Amino acid sequence: MIAPEQYPVLIVTVPLLSAFLINLIGMVDKRLCYPASLLALGASLAAALAVAARVAATGTIHYHVGNWPPPFGIEYVIDHLNALVLVVVAGVALVAAIASKRSVEQDFPDKRAQFYTLFVLLTTGLLGMTITGDAFNLYVLMEISALTNYSLIAMGGNRALVGGFNYIIIGTIGACFYLLGVGHLYIMTGSLNMADLLQLLPALFHTKAVLVGAILMLLGAWIKMAFFPLHGWLPNAYTYAPSATSTLVAPLMTKVSVYIMIRVLFSVFGAYYVFTVLPVKGLVVWLAVAAIVGGSIFALAQQDFKRMLTYLIVAEVGYMVGGVWLANQWGITGAILHIVNDAVMTLCLFLFCGIVVHKTRGHRLENLRGLFRRMPVTMAAFAVGALSMIGVPPTAGFFSKWYLILGGIDAHQWGFVAALLFSSLVNAVLFFRVFEIAYFEPAEEVHGHGAAVAIDEAPLSMLLPLVAVAIGLIVLGLYSTSLVSTFIQYAVPAGI
Amino acid sequence: MAMAEIFAKYNYWIYITLMMIGLYAMIAKGNLAKKIIGMSIFQTAIIVFYVSIGAKKGGATIPIIAHGHEGAEHVVRAIDYVNPLPHVLMLTAIVVGVATLGVALAIAMSIYERYGSMEEEEILERIRE
Repeated sequence: MIAPEQYPVLIVTVPLLSAFLINLIGMVDKRLCYPASLLALGASLAAALAVAARVAATGTIHYHVGNWPPPFGIEYVIDHLNALVLVVVAGVALVAAIASKRSVEQDFPDKRAQFYTLFVLLTTGLLGMTITGDAFNLYVLMEISALTNYSLIAMGGNRALVGGFNYIIIGTIGACFYLLGVGHLYIMTGSLNMADLLQLLPALFHTKAVLVGAILMLLGAWIKMAFFPLHGWLPNAYTYAPSATSTLVAPLMTKVSVYIMIRVLFSVFGAYYVFTVLPVKGLVVWLAVAAIVGGSIFALAQQDFKRMLTYLIVAEVGYMVGGVWLANQWGITGAILHIVNDAVMTLCLFLFCGIVVHKTRGHRLENLRGLFRRMPVTMAAFAVGALSMIGVPPTAGFFSKWYLILGGIDAHQWGFVAALLFSSLVNAVLFFRVFEIAYFEPAEEVHGHGAAVAIDEAPLSMLLPLVAVAIGLIVLGLYSTSLVSTFIQYAVPAGI
Repeated sequence: MAMAEIFAKYNYWIYITLMMIGLYAMIAKGNLAKKIIGMSIFQTAIIVFYVSIGAKKGGATIPIIAHGHEGAEHVVRAIDYVNPLPHVLMLTAIVVGVATLGVALAIAMSIYERYGSMEEEEILERIRE
């Protein structure tokens, strides 16, 4: 047996090595790629759960990769914040992988091996970004997840190619900004280890180089998370991506980037520098307000269901960034809780979207006509996700929104509070419009694409994950208090 | 004085100039190949930045842990030599850059096969049709 001390490294290395193995397995038998990737992601999730349990019991874990002590070697640091994010990433990836079976068979039957290789590699990148305690290592893993993401999106062909290309250009700018910021910090401190930087930087807070480094790293993270007005790449890339891809990346990419922002802010610069020395606190909250309002309005304007969801992601990013920069206990708690909740909600909505695409071969709003009668279970599960997006208790979405609103009131950021309420209203309008179309409008014949497809309940491999996630949303809502008391309260930096 | 300061930090001016050229090409050029070239210049600018900060003029030694020779048992004296760490970091960044270039070129090729053009405007026109 492998000693529990080694679990942190397993979270990353198991999917990393499996990814290449899956490619080899695919040469022998393509059908084996799917179970192999489930196995790899499942093992990673098990390791992440074990590590999270240990963190909850004994506190932060430091793991020295290859037994090289920091600051020379790369260190994995798992504290209460990323223990939680690791479980979310591994869990969402596993569920997305389970549900991907039919879509992958439908969309690219010959490229299954390549798809699952990239899929698992993307997950590896996200897990690595989350677990690492080294600023440069983070950059490398950021690029691993980004590169695999570009390819997975471009596998959609046609317009996904163009969306993917724009994403490469913008994503590279984002990652390079981050790298440049790390370079500035390295010049000033001679270290790349985050804990080291946190020690060394306070003496240098007055220097312009640290200021420029902070701005560059922040800009990099904002571009990567599609923070308004840097969100231009996201809607096209995610709308035209194959459904198996968007089920994985839509819930995770932006959320992990938000995590990176929180990590850089509090574990590299420290809360004092971010909220007291940097003169941007109010400005960022207003940007977040713009993101929430802008994302919601754009979502209202869409006739395409999947595209509408992508704009909601932009609005949700505003929630989390705004919550962090409220600079109080409630706001940061809400932001971190929302990383978890929003990942699961978005997963729920995109799983549903995947089913719609699988059954109706389209993702416009008119594709939803009459679906309530034809797939009642699927629609019921989707309804839970939608209610969570709106923020109806007892679904998870309500609780994080509640914390965020409390934070806004506490910080006297009335614009932010108003934006949250406005966005809930817009979400209600949006999803009730969807319900109306799906419930009252008569189903049409599926036109185009040759023979009519029988539209009925989704296949089990897609339906079960969706139902499980919908139940998960309610469970997360009911247990959100214990989530906060076990993990999140320790993740909020002290002294604010 | 001001001129002397500018010249003393010429490596920064070079990287900033390169970076702006790359950024301009990525954003303003309509041709996908030119965008990719811009992206490459942009990444190279950062490599120049990192490599130049490790440089040391005059009196630099090779970084070998000096012990044994005169009975001295001291570890490396960072001040004496060219800092190799940024160079090593950039090996990774070069690999990342090559991979990005490869993916970008592959997607650009597929776009060309699908839409018969590398010009952004023509591609968008064909999408609208």
